[in-house]
Amino acid sequence: MNTRELTYVKAFNEGMHQIMAEDPDVFLIGEDVAGYGGVFHMFDGLLTAYGDRRVKDTPIAEQAIIGVGVGAAARGLRPVCDLMFMDFIGVAMDQIFNQAAKMKYMFGGAVSVPLTITTAGGAGMSAAAQHSQSLEAWLAHIPGLKVAMPASPYDAKGLIVGAIRDDNPVIVVLNKKMLGVKGPVPEELYAIPLGVANVVQEGDDVTIVAIGRMVLEATKAAQALGEEGISAEVIDPRTVQPLDIDTIVTSAKKTNRVLIVHEAVQFGGIGAEISSQVQESAFDYLDAPVTRLAAPFAPVPYAPILENAYIPDAARIAAAARQLVERS
Amino acid sequence: MTETLAPNVTYGPPEGYAAGVTRELVLDLHRRMVRIRMFEESAGKLVESGDMPGFLHLYVGQEAVAAGVMSVLDDVDQITSTHRGHGHAIAKGAEFRPMFAELYGKTTGYCKGRGGSMHIVDMNRGMLGANAIVGGGIPIAIGAAFAAQYRGDGSVAASFFGDGATNIGAFHESVNMAAVWDLPVLFICENNGYAEFTAQGNHMRLDDIAERANSYGIPGVVVDGMDALAVRAVAKVAVDRAKRGEGPTLIEAKTYRYFDHQGIKGMRIPYRDPAEVEAWKERDAIRLLEVIGTERGLVRPEDFAATWAQTETDIADAIEFARSSPDPDPADILDDVYTV
Ligand SMILES: Cc1ncc(C[n+]2csc(CCOP(=O)(O)OP(=O)(O)O)c2C)c(N)n1
Ligand SMILES: [Mg+2]
Repeated sequence: MNTRELTYVKAFNEGMHQIMAEDPDVFLIGEDVAGYGGVFHMFDGLLTAYGDRRVKDTPIAEQAIIGVGVGAAARGLRPVCDLMFMDFIGVAMDQIFNQAAKMKYMFGGAVSVPLTITTAGGAGMSAAAQHSQSLEAWLAHIPGLKVAMPASPYDAKGLIVGAIRDDNPVIVVLNKKMLGVKGPVPEELYAIPLGVANVVQEGDDVTIVAIGRMVLEATKAAQALGEEGISAEVIDPRTVQPLDIDTIVTSAKKTNRVLIVHEAVQFGGIGAEISSQVQESAFDYLDAPVTRLAAPFAPVPYAPILENAYIPDAARIAAAARQLVERS
Repeated sequence: MTETLAPNVTYGPPEGYAAGVTRELVLDLHRRMVRIRMFEESAGKLVESGDMPGFLHLYVGQEAVAAGVMSVLDDVDQITSTHRGHGHAIAKGAEFRPMFAELYGKTTGYCKGRGGSMHIVDMNRGMLGANAIVGGGIPIAIGAAFAAQYRGDGSVAASFFGDGATNIGAFHESVNMAAVWDLPVLFICENNGYAEFTAQGNHMRLDDIAERANSYGIPGVVVDGMDALAVRAVAKVAVDRAKRGEGPTLIEAKTYRYFDHQGIKGMRIPYRDPAEVEAWKERDAIRLLEVIGTERGLVRPEDFAATWAQTETDIADAIEFARSSPDPDPADILDDVYTV
């Protein structure tokens, strides 16, 4: 494997290029994805490479954008429908949760919907309440949908390819604060299967399950904890639906302490689900309550000082992990 | 052609719309526009220099639309706005100090620093909020119009939105419902020719968005959005109609934004011909009004100059106020999630 450093968004973009080259049934639609390459550069060069039959700008019409994807997927194509900011998903929600998610089941298995929805989520850019959300738990709650949240350049490429090859509706949520983050990425086409967690760093004293950009913060926290003699294991589920609970439970049985971190609000977040499943499967192994560190139950605020307080960071992750270790 | 295709659509303001224009009116429209322009130019620079957080969709070029419409609305009349909302707020009477404070994320801002550029609100002035979701404000405006009709208070609502927003379902659902219920609402489409980086010709088949009124059985009007007096004239007709209980009007103001979709400079990929930008600047709304005012002998150039100078002073004052205002306290982060 020939590997080099790419940014997160470049890696994603390379995955798009390669899967479109491989599979003529893959096409891309969305607002300003063609001529402009997407507002986050996610789709740079695709129009030039694959032409306007396969790469199309749309009017501002999220419901129809996803609807085109659902209908075309039901007819056997592999649409990639972009929603720019994750917050705009509300406009398209009926097509996502009532149509795309349910067609396979309610039609008795007669139809598959190999649809991929791409979007960018996450806070930290003073983009305020309608341009900063992390809504993965909302989507993961709907049977029939899959939700991928790449947390490295390697995963950005592997998960978009995995999502497009998957025969189900998958929402791939990039983190817009990670677009410029660099990491090693193989040159050739590869897919990461959905539902396989990544053990980012092994450790013995505490398990930190982190989602999306929080994986970076958790890794920094683990570094700091390591210097104090606390060995933290960092797990990135990669997809929150399906959720690779086995990897998390195995880790919990080893470290006996689990901290879950995400930037979505804590109430009803993915952390609640993970916590519940961990205690159901590893109760006798736990030395401390499974703990969550997540956003307070408020919309994302604009002022930097509020937004910084809102999103968990490495220092607070380390502090929470330390407390779990010191407790027992 | 237009007569058979769009029987409800009229083009241009009523005849003689600029007759009887007074010095007060010219100065009023001019002041609203100058305040918008200077606010936007300084705000844009402050973000681009890194002094202010966030990102801005600037209204420069489109000032005549906000000024013309707001000049026929009162504080009791409600408006909903867009991501490009500073101009609407300012023309509706919002003050510089809490606006700049909001952009700086300070407690003294219109939203206590919670909302930023895309969420400016001023309930005392009938500014029901900017909106970061394209089309998001349109149904809210018909709700405000519903409240006005329900209470019979004689007020009206106006919703501002772009050409791109008329492709989203919320627009069509709202116009139709307002038409069916004769709601007292103005739908103001600011057609600046682009939705982000996509030209109108690539996102719809119509040249005149006002024709969409025809599908809903309401009047549509096309107006020169660089002519504040013309915008005011058509808005006046629509407000009068709404107040008579005859229902909504769709007004399409043809206008242009001088800066990039977001921020001042940009154009990562050139999507507009620089000659096109220059051609629109030739018809600049503020200059047009200054010419009308002076040529008619209504306003002396020094009166216009005084407005520019006063606005500059007001901006410096507001920026200073914003910078020296306190930051919000993270301990209050859960305040205002619910009404208690
Ligand atoms: C529902 C939704 N989709 C997409 C966007 C991203 N977006 C912000 S502004 C914009 C273009 C709007 O075009 P137009 O309505 O013409 O207004 P203009 O920016 O020209 O003032 C888009 C697509 C959004 N904010 N909300
Ligand atoms: Mg526009």
